[in-house]
Amino acid sequence: MLRIIANRALVAIPTLILVSMMIFGLQKMLPGDPVMAMAGEDQNPQVIATLRLKYHLDEPVPVQYALWVKAILHGDLGASLRTDVPVTKLIAQKLPVTLQLAVMAMIFAIGIGLPLGVLSAANKGKALDYGANVLALTGMSIPNFWLGIILIFLVSVKWQLLPSSGYVSPTEDFWLSIKTMLMPAFVLGAALGAQLMRHTRSAMLSVLRSDYIRTARAKGLLRGTVVVKHGFRNALIPIVTVLALLFGELLAGAVLTEQVFTIPGFGKLVVDAVFNRDYAVVQGVVLVTAVGFIVVNLFADVLYVLLNPRLRKS
Amino acid sequence: MRKIMLAAVIAASVGSSTVMAQSNSTIRIGLQDDIGTLDPARSSQVVDRIVFSSLCNSLVDIGPDLKVVPMLATSWSMSADNKTLTFKLRHGVKFHDDEPFNAAAVKANLDRARSMPASNRKSELASIDHVDVVDEFTVAIVLKAPDAALLATLTDRAGMMLAPKTLTDDASVSTHPVCSGPYKFVERVQNDRVVLEKFAGYWDADKYPIQKVIFQPIPDSTVRLANLRSGSLDMLERLAPSDVASVKSDKNLNFISMSGLGFYDLTFNVSNGPRAPKAFKDKRVRQAFELAIDRDAINQVIGGGIFSPIGQAIPSNSPYFDASIKTTKRDIPKAKALLKAAGFEQLNVELTFGNNTVSNQMAQMLQAMLSEAGINLKLRPTDYAAALNASTKGDFELLYLGWSGRTDPDGNLHQFVTCKGNLNYGRYCNPDVDKLLDDARVKATVAERKPVYDAAQKILADEDPIIYLYAQPWPYALSKKVQGFTPYPDGLIRLRGVSIKG
Amino acid sequence: MATIVETAALPRKRNRALGRFMRNRAAVAGAAIVLLVILVAIFAPWLSPYDPIQASFMTVRRAPSASHWFGTDELGRDVFTRLLWGARASLLAGVVSVGIAVVIGVPLGLLAGYFGKLVDGVISRFTDALLSIPFLILAIALAAFLGPSLTNAMIAIGVSAMPRFVRLTRGQAISVKAEDYVEGARAIGLGHFRIIVRYIFPNVLPPIIVQASLTVAMAIIAEASLSFLGLGQLPPAPSWGSMLNTAKDFVSQAPWMSIFPGIAIFLAVLGFNLLGDGLRDALDPREL
Repeated sequence: MLRIIANRALVAIPTLILVSMMIFGLQKMLPGDPVMAMAGEDQNPQVIATLRLKYHLDEPVPVQYALWVKAILHGDLGASLRTDVPVTKLIAQKLPVTLQLAVMAMIFAIGIGLPLGVLSAANKGKALDYGANVLALTGMSIPNFWLGIILIFLVSVKWQLLPSSGYVSPTEDFWLSIKTMLMPAFVLGAALGAQLMRHTRSAMLSVLRSDYIRTARAKGLLRGTVVVKHGFRNALIPIVTVLALLFGELLAGAVLTEQVFTIPGFGKLVVDAVFNRDYAVVQGVVLVTAVGFIVVNLFADVLYVLLNPRLRKS
Repeated sequence: MRKIMLAAVIAASVGSSTVMAQSNSTIRIGLQDDIGTLDPARSSQVVDRIVFSSLCNSLVDIGPDLKVVPMLATSWSMSADNKTLTFKLRHGVKFHDDEPFNAAAVKANLDRARSMPASNRKSELASIDHVDVVDEFTVAIVLKAPDAALLATLTDRAGMMLAPKTLTDDASVSTHPVCSGPYKFVERVQNDRVVLEKFAGYWDADKYPIQKVIFQPIPDSTVRLANLRSGSLDMLERLAPSDVASVKSDKNLNFISMSGLGFYDLTFNVSNGPRAPKAFKDKRVRQAFELAIDRDAINQVIGGGIFSPIGQAIPSNSPYFDASIKTTKRDIPKAKALLKAAGFEQLNVELTFGNNTVSNQMAQMLQAMLSEAGINLKLRPTDYAAALNASTKGDFELLYLGWSGRTDPDGNLHQFVTCKGNLNYGRYCNPDVDKLLDDARVKATVAERKPVYDAAQKILADEDPIIYLYAQPWPYALSKKVQGFTPYPDGLIRLRGVSIKG
Repeated sequence: MATIVETAALPRKRNRALGRFMRNRAAVAGAAIVLLVILVAIFAPWLSPYDPIQASFMTVRRAPSASHWFGTDELGRDVFTRLLWGARASLLAGVVSVGIAVVIGVPLGLLAGYFGKLVDGVISRFTDALLSIPFLILAIALAAFLGPSLTNAMIAIGVSAMPRFVRLTRGQAISVKAEDYVEGARAIGLGHFRIIVRYIFPNVLPPIIVQASLTVAMAIIAEASLSFLGLGQLPPAPSWGSMLNTAKDFVSQAPWMSIFPGIAIFLAVLGFNLLGDGLRDALDPREL
């Protein structure tokens, strides 16, 4: 067990190094540099020269990379080139926002996807199955930013039911916080719920076909019990792995959702930073995301092994 | 369990009602962009100034008529040789950390703005030789050479005064500035908000009824307006031109607009690097471009009526405005004739511009208009950082850009059209223009300077290195609750006398 | 021996697959939609009543009417026409991106799965690294680096989608490699290259086709997303995503500008999703 975790962690290290190099290299290739943006309208050459020196922008790329890595190992992710706010502080501010969005979206996704998937599998071939599948395909095929625009127009502008943008911290005002996040979470969760439903359905279907289910039915157990107790529990394994995969999709979807709804979260931070050539922020945030992703995958792998007794022996 | 839930529901509804009650003395302002740094010396964005106008005082300010008025300085005088500007400072002013404001503070701030390596104010204060503390409330700025624009410069960030004790820690100034304005800094969350709170010790405190100011950057103009309509915002700046009509007809909103000090222009790459088209060296070609453009149509279709056509760099409300320069009217036959005289039947040109809704529309409209004169415009949209890069390196043929504008005419001209000008992306160079603009800097009064600017502008109107399209507008949309707001041509939101009704 | 079994098995399998596909109504619907999109893309110039690029300042932001079925946009252009032409950009984006992803990803996956050990180690670490960066962020960074254009968006999406194909192909290659007939081929001394091409690749193909169809759907949305952010096809060239980018600023005054491009994207994506599903059901015997 421990050996599996250790193994996975070891493998993650070269991946992490590769990620850091990739992102660093990519940033450096972007045309235009942040110093020009920092020097603003006036473009004073003296100021530009000073800033280039301060941020080591004229040194060879490998040197800059080495300096960056050295700083990271000291816990310093640099500061936003645009506002001087330390990247660690930015992450600490923005991560809870995106996490709240992600959690609420996941609640929508799981709340819609799982039951629909199970029901669908249990009623394979019937109208319910067909209808649920249509719903899932619709959810998967609608571009979520478009759904966001249309919902903002209808719900916020026309009917004035929910706020159209911004973020309120749950500690500040819990219900307003939920209200503000409701539409974005729904938009993000809908697509994920659709995918989750399909995965759940196929996982359930393959489980329901298996021998032990047939045995349970033969024993005379109630259909409901069979489905939930025996079927679902075993279907959890592939579902959990899918959830880990969906986490990555969640982050990607959050980027767009945060743009459309102007939510000051992680995704918006990265997009704005790419456009502003705010190197430090992009590098720091992507690195943290990659680490998070690897950790989540590790977690999922461990969970997978825990849930599946057959794997534990190896 | 149920009791707990009930209590929670009650608590929550009480909680949300307190949020509502606050709105009586809080104003929430929607901004177009997120603020950069909060250090006036390093600030490089127009939007920063909007926050600064509530947070910081500068030595002097401008009135709605662009005349310089007292702020932290109550009076000033220029020496006979025009090289020493002496300010008498206001008594009893305190910084937000209760430090006293005096001549030493002014010197500390100006010295910092001039010498700090990353200061963006250096070029603005380049004419200063040194600053003398004459007595506790008198400060003398000694110049290397006469500089008529300096007074106007000191109304902006260069003249903003921060608490001297905080000046040693640059990082802290950027993120937690201590100024002396009517509102003091509370918190800033990047991409989300800046919160300011009334400074009780402000010298003019009773003229500021509002207790709390919250700035919220919302780049999407539709969402910004939606927030205003739903009541989450009390006012917003830079309303999208396409929304002007609907806000005007909205009974719950007020629309106030002002033509600003800045402009949007087309800059020709005359001689900046290998990409400068040969055709652009001929002024007839440049004039032909201008003749093919219909500024009124632009104003109507894209501008929502607020893109006032202009034909010169100096704003119409400036005393230096030259009324004799008329805005060119569209004349396709003349444009074609000029092109032909210069030797071209057709011309293929690439237009570089920053990628946003209005610019995109502008570019496509220009494309349509210019095609009728035989000019085929190829569009090259880029993002802002790449556009800046392209401009400086001369990697463009025709550039569509904006400039936020300065009070003094020098700020709108010198850097753009003098041979060594910092912002002269097209590298247009005419020694006569240089001489005139340099001369206008050292003369002292409007009466002396205006003829010089007139002469320079006449040359520029004929040579057309830059086509000035329209004045940068400052359109505001406000909830009917906001009372007493006056727009200023510099686009700053001054909250003096502004209150929120019920 | 192995070869005889192969050639006898394949034709029957293919016919059965086709039959299964045709019986699946949703799959047929998907194929029909995809065909429609392809036809619209090809014949857009002949089907459009107006010019997609020519601005017409007299007819700005008109609501849908008899002369403009889907209304006009902020520069007076017919939305219906731009929708038809936009199909080209979206279809191209979908197909070319996936093409890039497949052309790079499948060979890498085959190599990784077949050779294992060091080759697999290197390729897998590289793939893992790419997969740790959220897809859209990678695409955004790549597109920003390359500059906003449809071509660059396609490259960005293709590169970002490539890891999936590497993973998929690798997994399939590993399981096929263990099959008897491959062992047999090695035993009689066939070279690596020939084994990969003749035995591994054809059996890896079905899931790749399924994944490709589903990835086209994802790529169309990705292109629309990039254009929406200002990184893909830029105006005036019509693309559904960039139409939405502009439309969002006019949602209150001209909602039709937002509604129709979105529906177009939805339909195209739905079509490819249904097609992918149908292909999976038809080609994957497990689903029986």
